[in-house]
Formats: sequence, structure tokens, C-alpha cells
Amino acid sequence: MLIKNPEQIRASEITPEAIYLDRRRFIQRGIGTALLTAIPASLASAASRYSTTEELTRLKDITRYNNFYEFGTSKGSPGIHAGALSTHPWSITVSGACEHPGNYDLADLIKAAEVEERIYRLRCVEAWSMVIPWQGVPMGKILKRFAPTSKARYVAFRTLLRPAEMPGQRRDILPWPYREGLRMDEAMHPLTLIATGLYGKPLPNQNGAPIRLVVPWKYGFKSIKSIVSIEFTESEPPTTWNLQGPDHYGFYANVNPAVDHPRWSQKKERRIGDIFKRPTLPFNGYAKEVASLYTGMDLRKHY
Amino acid sequence: MSALLPWLDETAHMYTPLKAIVFITALVPLALGIWDGFHDALGANLVEEITFRSGRWTLRFLLITLAITPLRKCTGWSGVVRLRRMLGLYAFFYACLHFTTWLWLEQFFSWADILEDLGKRRYILVGFGTFLLLLPLALTSTHGMQKRLGGGRWKQLHQLIYLAAGTALLHFFWLTKADYRDPLIYLCVLTSLYILRLPALEPWITRLRSRLKPPTTRG
Repeated sequence: MLIKNPEQIRASEITPEAIYLDRRRFIQRGIGTALLTAIPASLASAASRYSTTEELTRLKDITRYNNFYEFGTSKGSPGIHAGALSTHPWSITVSGACEHPGNYDLADLIKAAEVEERIYRLRCVEAWSMVIPWQGVPMGKILKRFAPTSKARYVAFRTLLRPAEMPGQRRDILPWPYREGLRMDEAMHPLTLIATGLYGKPLPNQNGAPIRLVVPWKYGFKSIKSIVSIEFTESEPPTTWNLQGPDHYGFYANVNPAVDHPRWSQKKERRIGDIFKRPTLPFNGYAKEVASLYTGMDLRKHY
Repeated sequence: MSALLPWLDETAHMYTPLKAIVFITALVPLALGIWDGFHDALGANLVEEITFRSGRWTLRFLLITLAITPLRKCTGWSGVVRLRRMLGLYAFFYACLHFTTWLWLEQFFSWADILEDLGKRRYILVGFGTFLLLLPLALTSTHGMQKRLGGGRWKQLHQLIYLAAGTALLHFFWLTKADYRDPLIYLCVLTSLYILRLPALEPWITRLRSRLKPPTTRG
């Protein structure tokens, strides 16, 4: 929708990568106060208390190293094939236990004025990680508009199914379309983001254009891309990787260094751009914000 | 030394231009890797890409080495056999790169993690086992070792390559997440190379060879 209405694009969304990096540098050095006046006010005010100050992963790496099997199973495939995907027009079907179901145009769903920046760590289940400056809207804000009823205990999401433009869907690698889900309290958590951009630009196709989920304390596969359906459900919805390998990929999929993937350890991760690995943190470093969502749950069982 | 620079080997095989060409060509994947490394073309996850490439080239050189005998049988070109040892050693060379990458860049010599990985994950164990199978083959690849062991025993030992190629491929299958297309292609090639060795196929291969041979009679 940002492309459709260019006049609505905020200054923060067209800031070049270099300025992003500069801004971060002087904020980190703590000497940037005077210089900050040179940066558009909207950008300075966009710094969220949820954002990390860690070094950003390069845009080049964020856009050439993707798990988006709809465009092929190698990391480079989405960057090569996703350009063919047409994201205009884009509408999202809202259904299930809510008072305002329907078919919503993306532009009606997300107002440019409420878009904010969140710099999150992204930890893939494959033991690599990135730091990505997303632009988006906290998902709770959007879901509230549909007035979910008391029966809505989970939210289920689906990715676009369009084999003509998504060559990976022409082979039965995964049961298409890709599905993911969250418990209602996870979906409403202020960290949970519906992203429409990164590095100040509309989402590149290989990163899940035009609209995707970002749940920073869960493994990356939970953060479903190119969403076309949101459904409020009473019971836990089936999710793609869980269907594919129930003992490998759980419904919760919270980042947890204590629970290994059967085929590799989750104790450490390689931050993209680094050679050697670093320790992985419980809930990907967001334990303070989200650990309370899981009190009383055995996270070894509910991995 | 002769194992590393085979065309200098004066005892059994003389210098051949073909050996020199194959020797240089087999280094191209390494050279490309180094070139790509200096040009930011190894992708975002450098260590993963080095691991993938060295692993694939190990498997490819194992298959190429196993293709020598069927190639000789089908074409009658006996000279090709002289390339076999060098090609086998290249499989070991890329296996060493693969193994070192895992030991150093992936695990950073953390022995506790390495042991845990070996104990818990079958694809790691079978990969490590493949390396151990290739090790005695590389160590006994020289003419000296061949003489010391005696032709029969040496030949027996070197049949381990059939097992090693199989375990290398099993390693590939077990580490694959969802898309089995690539390991299946390698499986087809390896199976064909095994089938071509079946004694039952000998008459068929002899007939094929006679058909391939250009007519020697002149008018």
C-alpha cells in the first residue's frame, strides 16, 4: 500500500540505509543529541523502547539470504524469483470468531500514519540470526478492529497461494499454502508486529511483501510472510512446519537454547556477518517482556 | 610428494599433459570459492556456504573417482585409470576442507559440543564416519604403501570407497530438511555407477564398446 500512495510515505520510510547507520552510530556513542536535529523529527521519534541498539545486519544480506520456500528452497532463490510476485492489489480475508469479518484491502487495514520502526533480532530455527529494522504496526492494534469474540483463543494466518508466481508451490515440498498461528495473548503482545517495510523501504518481495508477521521471541518460521488470511479460532490451528515434522517444530517455537532441534544444537547461533557463533538467549533476549506469557507451562514439552 | 604432484612421479607413471590438466581443473572449485570470498559472493552465511560447497565437491569427486572403471569398460580407454588416484585424493582434499570448516568455524574446537553433536545427531556421526573411511585410503595412496601392503590387500582396503560414497550420500540425505531433489540426483548417479559394475552387465558393455569403436578396416 505504500507504493500505491506515495504521498503517504513518511520520511522515516525513505531514509537511506547510510543515514540509518549514522543515526545508530551517534546514538550508540551518546554524542548525537546536537546532530539529531539534522534528522527528520519523525525518524528521531520513531525509536521504540522495544528496539535493540545492536549492529544492524546489512540490507544486502537481509535480502539475499531468505527462507521463503514458495520461491525455492535455497537461501538465494527468493531473492532471485520473488521479483515476479505482484503485490498490488492485495486484500486480506478476516474470518472466524470476530464481529467484523470480511475482505479488507491492505490500504484500509494499515494506515501509514501509525507505522513505526522496530529494530528486532530475528533468530532462525537453523541457528543463524539477524538484526532487522522493521517498519510496521503492533498487531494488537489491528486485530482489535475486528472485535474478536470471547471464542477467539488463537489466530491463524495463511500465505498467498499462487503457483503461477510462486514457483516453489509447484512442488510438494510443504503442504501449501503455508500456515502459522499464535495464541491470542501472543498475537496481542506489544512486541508482535505486522510489518510492511524494512530499512525504511516497502518490504522487498523476498522478505514477505506486502505484509508479514514479526514475532521476535519465536523462531523465524513463525513470522509468516505475504499474509492473505487471518482467522480467529477456538482451538490451536495447524501450522505448516509442525505438520511437516511434529518432533522438529512445535506450535510455540519460542527461541530456547535448552531445547535442541533434533538435527542441531540451539545453544548457539551465528549472527549473519560473523564467522563464529554466539550464545542464544532464552526467548531470543525478550524474556523480560514475554516469559510471563508462559508461566506454568513446560517449555520442554511445548517447544 | 608424488601423491600431491602426480606428474612428477617418475617411478611408475610418467608425466602426462592430461594429468596436469585434470590436476589444475580439480582446483577450480577451490579457486572460485576464494575468488567469491574476496568479492562478497559467498552469500550472507559464509561458513554455511563453505561447508555446502566443500561437501558437495567431496561427493562429486567420489562419484567421478567411481566413474573411472565404468568409463574404462565402456570406452576401452585404459589410460583413464591413471587419473583415478589423483581424483580420489581430491575427494579427500575437499573432505578435509569440509571437516576442518566444521571443526573450526562451526564448532570452534569446542570438544564438548563436538562430542555432543556426534552422539546426538546421526548425520554428523555418519559424516564423521565417512571422513574416517577416507583417511586410510588417502594415507595408503602412495606407490610405497601400495607395495608395502601388497596388491591384494591394498585393493581390498581401497574397496572402502564404495562404502564411503554411500555414507557420504546418507549424510546428505539425513541433513536435508525438506527438499530431497539434490540428494536424489546424486543417488541416481551413484546407483548407476554401482549397477555398471555388475558382472551380469559385462556382455552388454562389451557389445556397447564394440559398437562405439570406430571401424579399423581401411579400403
